[in-house]
Amino acid sequence: MALDDTKKVKDFKVVGTRPNRPDGIDKVTGRARFGADMVAPGMLTGRILRSPHAHARILRIDTSKAEALPGVKAVVTRADFGDVPDHVADVIDNCMAGDKALYDGHAVAAIAATSAAVARKALKLIEVEYEVLPHVTDVDAAMRPGAPVLHEGAQQETVPEGYSGNVISRVEFGHGDIEAGLAKADRVVERTYRTGATHQGYIEPHACLATMSADGQGDLWVCTQGHYMVRNVCAAILGLEQGQLRVTASEIGGGFGGKTVVFLEPVALMLAKKSGRPVKMVMSRSEVLRATGPTASTSIDVRIGMKKDGRITAAFAELRYQGGAYPGSPVDMGSMSAFAPYDLENVKTVGWDVVTNRPKAAAYRAPGAPMAAFAVESAIDELAKGFGLDPLAVRLMNGAKEGTRASYGPTYPAIGLMATLEAAHTHPHWTAPLGENQGRGVACGFWFNFGGDTCVSLNVTPDGTVTVSEGNPDIGGSRASMTMMAAEELGIPYDQVRTIIADTGSLGQNEVTDGSRVTFAVGLATIEAARAAKREMCRRAAMIWGIDEEAVEWEDGAARPAGPNAGKFPPMTIKEIAAVASNTGGPIAGHHEVTAEGAGVSFGTHMVDVEVDPDTGATKILRYTVFQDAGRAVHPAYVEGQFQGGAVQGIGWALNEEYIYGEDGILQNAGFLDYRIPVASDLPMIDTVILEIPNPGHPYGVRGVGETPIVPPLAAVANAVSAAAGVRMTQLPMSPPRVLAAIQAAKG
Amino acid sequence: MRYEAPQDVEAAVRILAAEQGAYVLAGGTDLLVKLRSEMVEPEVVVDIKRIAGMKAITAEDGGWRIGAAVSGAEMGEHAGLVADWPGVVEAAGLIGSTQVQGRATLTGNLCNASPAADSVPAMVAAGAVARVVGPQGTRDVDVIDIPKGPGKTTLAAGEFIASVFLPARGARSGDAYLRFIPRTEMDIAVVGCGISLSLDAEGRVTAARVALGAVGPKVILVEAAAAAIKRRVLDEATLSDLAEACSAAATPIEDKRGTVDFRRHVAGVLARRAAVIAEARAKGEKA
Amino acid sequence: MSRIHVTTKINGDETEFLCDAEATLLDVLRDELGLTGTKEGCGTGDCGACSVTVDGRLVCSCLMLGAEAEGREIATIEGMAAGEVLHPLQQKFIEMAALQCGICTPGILVAAKSLLERNPDPSEEEVRYWLAGNLCRCTGYDKIIRAVMETAADMRRAS
Repeated sequence: MALDDTKKVKDFKVVGTRPNRPDGIDKVTGRARFGADMVAPGMLTGRILRSPHAHARILRIDTSKAEALPGVKAVVTRADFGDVPDHVADVIDNCMAGDKALYDGHAVAAIAATSAAVARKALKLIEVEYEVLPHVTDVDAAMRPGAPVLHEGAQQETVPEGYSGNVISRVEFGHGDIEAGLAKADRVVERTYRTGATHQGYIEPHACLATMSADGQGDLWVCTQGHYMVRNVCAAILGLEQGQLRVTASEIGGGFGGKTVVFLEPVALMLAKKSGRPVKMVMSRSEVLRATGPTASTSIDVRIGMKKDGRITAAFAELRYQGGAYPGSPVDMGSMSAFAPYDLENVKTVGWDVVTNRPKAAAYRAPGAPMAAFAVESAIDELAKGFGLDPLAVRLMNGAKEGTRASYGPTYPAIGLMATLEAAHTHPHWTAPLGENQGRGVACGFWFNFGGDTCVSLNVTPDGTVTVSEGNPDIGGSRASMTMMAAEELGIPYDQVRTIIADTGSLGQNEVTDGSRVTFAVGLATIEAARAAKREMCRRAAMIWGIDEEAVEWEDGAARPAGPNAGKFPPMTIKEIAAVASNTGGPIAGHHEVTAEGAGVSFGTHMVDVEVDPDTGATKILRYTVFQDAGRAVHPAYVEGQFQGGAVQGIGWALNEEYIYGEDGILQNAGFLDYRIPVASDLPMIDTVILEIPNPGHPYGVRGVGETPIVPPLAAVANAVSAAAGVRMTQLPMSPPRVLAAIQAAKG
Repeated sequence: MRYEAPQDVEAAVRILAAEQGAYVLAGGTDLLVKLRSEMVEPEVVVDIKRIAGMKAITAEDGGWRIGAAVSGAEMGEHAGLVADWPGVVEAAGLIGSTQVQGRATLTGNLCNASPAADSVPAMVAAGAVARVVGPQGTRDVDVIDIPKGPGKTTLAAGEFIASVFLPARGARSGDAYLRFIPRTEMDIAVVGCGISLSLDAEGRVTAARVALGAVGPKVILVEAAAAAIKRRVLDEATLSDLAEACSAAATPIEDKRGTVDFRRHVAGVLARRAAVIAEARAKGEKA
Repeated sequence: MSRIHVTTKINGDETEFLCDAEATLLDVLRDELGLTGTKEGCGTGDCGACSVTVDGRLVCSCLMLGAEAEGREIATIEGMAAGEVLHPLQQKFIEMAALQCGICTPGILVAAKSLLERNPDPSEEEVRYWLAGNLCRCTGYDKIIRAVMETAADMRRAS
């Protein structure tokens, strides 16, 4: 649906304001119900037994002693699931190991018992005989011939001969002639960059409550980014009809992509089925870190050539991403996004998807892009500084704009990269003085954004207020945004609309809350649903007035005759029309079902000042400014919140967060003590500058804003630390021991 | 598991002596974590907070006696203790969050016997003495002799620490504790250093104790570091010698929190910085 | 194994409950008393989502046994508003968008209230360090810190 050009910024009455969110009071009073907050009569506690080995063949599982323990009502192993359709084979294998345990923490059995204490005891009574196998957790090691192979025969035809079986697939993007371009450069930077695996770090552990009847009807309460996905996947695994399984999304305590897949849900349903009782499962924090979906660790080679005036002549990157124990690392998106901010004649990326003995990677906010941006933006920074050029000017010179052929194929429509760069260049932050041991870094970032299957149903109540039902869990204020767009479109006050997240029985298919799609796609469907309701209300008014439908228009919350020729009738408000709806044809509603397209790519530029302690290698973030194109900021406070939250997750990734595996392949830091996400005292305020370059694909110009903010910070912080420490940092996290070692090595 | 909350020391000792799997509960900030992870599976947990005196900070012989259940937050709110032993109070105050401070105790930090315990190097530098009660009666033990190695103490069966005594703070004396952590809060020390020193009228060090944490299986009292600064003013040369002595005394391991080289180097860096703070305090300057 | 009988006061109400010796105060609040506003994010005292006050002292309820609550006064998020009237911090958090997903919000509000009771005029640095044990993964803390500072200023003006 195209941008509605008649809707100018000044025309918006609700969009662009900052009303209180509808779920605000529930969330500040403790009333909001999250995944673990639900109970059911007769409920059992479900627990999972997990592999203590990084890689082991499961020779035998004996559950008889556990089953005999009083209070144990069901025990589940992989055998209970039987054969499943191909498209969910890896999913169930990740939720419950089959022949092999593939990583530390991989589920091997589950129990439902009358209490947590009984369940704990029962887990210890399950006997598992393992044959421990050699393991590999590092991406480069896993690619070498001779590395322990996780899945024989999984390699795809895209992989040339000579690679380990852990290399699953190869992708390639780009255009032009790299070698010819490099030959024209005055300088070529060629470096290898590495990033650690990080976790989304949502504060709410996974939780669900399942019931399953003998007649094949199931109900699931779950914290997820997509309850329709949960329904479809669980139905496939358990052999249910999708319509028989109703999934209700709880309030969700953070996801960032990590709750776009299932872990507990099929197991809980199977336990509920076998026990005939409701089963609640809640992960511990250590289970979350060991056995959910962290991001890929990477190793990336970059070669970029630049003329001494700053023009990039060619850009190449080879990206190696390990995505854990199953195929599907986000290396494809890393490869597509790496050079997306630039207008390049010669550009190529090659990506390798690699499996290792780690938990399968799930999406994490712009999956695959931050690591690629770290490598590319570091190399560009090094080149610019090597020529004594202003790194923002270099980006302005090479930046992508409308009409640029993107490195991954398409030609860009109106985009906002240049606007963010210009805003950054003229911002006081850019020219603020720096002290000793301080450095400033900038970097750009890109994200595709998605649309996808979306349904919205909008109902007008008899008193003329409005309810909006949508199918995407509200992860950061989206109910407020939908309410605002419905109110805007209908011309009624914000408080006359209430938006709810409907269960899977109430709407058609909805794509998960991912790809920064909700404000864009659900917003679009909400606007269309409101337009449908308006058409209907105009029709009712026309009927009452006895004039043609075409002679009625909607303005400011009321139907009005379209012009002097239509007749002289006083406007009928939504309340007046609703009050007589039973006499004019029945209840009034609008709905819209769509596979949304035209999401509109999003760009950002980040700027950060740091101070590095030369004696300890510790980095302090002094100042941070985010510049990003939001298309149209529906609720600016929550747009700022996305910018700030993404930036801080990126700061954590850059400085301290990483999965640390021991020689034994066991995760060493499965807790918030040593998996170090930023705390309040680590940070300054995060300043934001919202640019609004309307997305041509949305009636109000909205672009997704949620993911782009995590793309630039890894590189921005690395560029700042490199400047402050006087040595180029090429590996994340830039933990103090690593920075100190680099400083000392540079000193000689 | 059973929970007992005895009203007096004798009753507590009786329970602790009678059962193999008996654990003392004061602040619980370590014990409950171990309970949850099933690292320990006690027969009985003995909550000592209802025993008289356990929550008290008492003046004694010019120094301070701190009950085993006094929390870090309570120490930080005690003006007299803060004035005399700011380094010890700060060290205790670095353990965990504000929430953890509401419960965590000096004694618990000591008995948990983590090599990285924050308050222990500060107490060792201060010359603190633990009062141990047990089936054989009461004995006073230098704090440095309580930890035996990671997770192990020298306490005998049935014994627990009822209080820690910080001696009288002499004139022209000051202490300080610094630790290195990757974030600004919420981490376990990668290296910790406590220093207590006294100065003469000319600013020369007359007495000093320097202790390092997280660079060995237990806290290290670095005699060579004290010797390096004694009878000297803390100028650049003295501080370099101090740093060198501390780096040399450190015997760290490499683990998820830091490398050997990093810990050795930072032990010296922290010693130098802590000495400057302790010196300023000894001179009565704000630091 | 018999359960322990505990008498305590929660949000001003006399409350009795039975608990296992192993049960934490958090387990009791959530599973025995239905006070699910207090959240579990880690169970090890590292995230602050389970913050409550005990006799006025801010603690992690996951690091305290239920049995220890005997005779104590406990305050949870459920006691923060007075009926329909929100505490100024609650109101400000909504107005300033200081929450996104909201899972850390109860713990942060309980902690922030405890700070303002002790220090009505905290600096930004004091707020940040006081709340360092309350992890938030959505907001980057910016709007949380601002909301606490603004509430403090409002409350100072009002008193």
